[in-house]
Amino acid sequence: MAAINRDDVAHLARLAHIEMSAEELDRMAVELAVIVDSVKSVSEAAGEDVPATSHPIPLTNVFREDVVGHTFTAEQALSGAPDAFENRFKVPAILDED
Amino acid sequence: MTELKNELIRHSAADLAAKLAAREVTAVEVTQAHLDRIADVDGQVNAFLHVNSEEALAVAAEVDAARAAGGSAAEELHALAGVPIAVKDLIVTIGQPTTAGSKILEGWHSPYDATVVKKLRAAKMPILGKTNLDEFAMGSSTEHSAYGPTRNPWDLDRIPGGSGGGSAAAVAAFEAPLALGTDTGGSIRQPGAVTGTVGVKPTYGAVSRYGAIAMASSLDQIGPVSRTVLDSALLQEVIGGHDPFDSTSLTDPFNNLVDAARVGNVAGMKIGIIKELHGEGYQAGVENRFNESLQLLKDAGAEIVEVSCPNLKYALGAYYLIMPSEVSSNLAKFDGVRFGLRVLPKDGPMTIERVMGATRAAGFGDEVKRRIILGTYALSAGYYDAYYGSAQKVRTLIQRDFDAAFAKADVLISPTAPTTAFKLGEKLNDPLAMYLNDVATIPANLAGIPGLSLPGGLADEDGLPVGIQLLAPARQDARLYRVGAVLESILEEKWGGPMLAQAPDLKNAVLGAVANTAGGSN
Repeated sequence: MAAINRDDVAHLARLAHIEMSAEELDRMAVELAVIVDSVKSVSEAAGEDVPATSHPIPLTNVFREDVVGHTFTAEQALSGAPDAFENRFKVPAILDED
Repeated sequence: MTELKNELIRHSAADLAAKLAAREVTAVEVTQAHLDRIADVDGQVNAFLHVNSEEALAVAAEVDAARAAGGSAAEELHALAGVPIAVKDLIVTIGQPTTAGSKILEGWHSPYDATVVKKLRAAKMPILGKTNLDEFAMGSSTEHSAYGPTRNPWDLDRIPGGSGGGSAAAVAAFEAPLALGTDTGGSIRQPGAVTGTVGVKPTYGAVSRYGAIAMASSLDQIGPVSRTVLDSALLQEVIGGHDPFDSTSLTDPFNNLVDAARVGNVAGMKIGIIKELHGEGYQAGVENRFNESLQLLKDAGAEIVEVSCPNLKYALGAYYLIMPSEVSSNLAKFDGVRFGLRVLPKDGPMTIERVMGATRAAGFGDEVKRRIILGTYALSAGYYDAYYGSAQKVRTLIQRDFDAAFAKADVLISPTAPTTAFKLGEKLNDPLAMYLNDVATIPANLAGIPGLSLPGGLADEDGLPVGIQLLAPARQDARLYRVGAVLESILEEKWGGPMLAQAPDLKNAVLGAVANTAGGSN
């Protein structure tokens, strides 16, 4: 498996929407390389025939009745929002101008 | 009066419940005694991020009024009505802030209660406040809290474990008889071990996760924190049970826990030592106390067998792939739009993408960022099969190892953590060293099985608490309480009382210079 480098971290930080300074990218690249190196043995542990476990205690068909349950008022839903306008979340521009 | 209060805060939850029922003491007196203790010592311990005095006293007064009225009002009270409790600040509460230990949620109030909080309210247990934690429960020392570290009541220069160091320290410092924690890789049990308290991670799904801010959804579990095994059993019965708001919640009844804690014998039970979870890498004093507990259980009539779980050597690696993968997804919701912090970029175009980037850069601490980046990496195209896919297969192998082990033993036993409490700052700049604290607790989360940590004595070399961990098959939480209560009673007989009676008096403690400079995340 490939090692993780500074360019990878910069790309991943963009994907994860976390702005990072040059100093932070340098430090994070070193730290993550150590962590990734320590976990890589996992890829050699199990053969092809071993099924994956995504959930420790499998449950199937967890349904509820299709009826309206508890709902928040607009006021409650917006109570923690950084900005709101006429019962809506207010956000900066969604699209770039260009 | 001071002596009376001092006495009140030292009682177990079970004893307080009995005194309340007998009307020897009022719920207001009990709650006030704990609030006074918080005022006295929390400046040093920093276990609480928020203290909820007014509401707690109001709930206590309701309990006292119902008892005074007698008749059906008194009869309908829950056995723990009036027994106060602290809640980890990862669990949402109406009327109090919930920060998750993060700047990104500073000042945020939830519009709803977690299911476990609803259950506490229904039982009329006064909620004393919200306890400190590593940011979003990511850490083993509470040093990753954005609000400064919690300190270990046994030595204020040392860590109280994490992520639930606040809940464990609050209970160890007699600021609360009970607390709620959450355990994703050991965040209830490891703090229990290093603070000399009891902590239980129930079977995955035995307690609703609705309203616990998700870290890694397939691993997270809410559970009890207390000073005695019986108290944890009492609390798990309050908070447990099926919840339609959590689709992973189990419908099985878990109502035999308190009875199990009162059985009082382990004769004929098979207790399995996990070969891979002791010995090399474990501090000598930890190993000594562990061996002593094995001998005591043997003397009490249990049969000690050795079992091997060879795939546990991959557990830490699998955990540090699965957990960050789920973290990167769960924490995407902190986007500066719907709740919490919003930070605007200093210059350039003001688009939502750039606002998100600036908000998450300012709102998240280093450890949270590390895990989000690691998870994004593990889930990215080209690496998914090698990392996340392989880790999920390891999870199957570990479950199979435990199945084989439980065919030979009723419960398994190990030290809870490889070392006693380390100094604040000691491992803060070495993420990998910090991760190793959870080597013995992580396997239970990967497999979904229940685990309990209880005090096993003090290590010879440093006089600090050692935790003993018990593990049981999924849905067999009762076995933990049965064996745990027996071991606790034998050990307390040997010590001549509870281990926490040997903890130093906090009122005379002085903060050291090391601790003062280690504050906050770096």
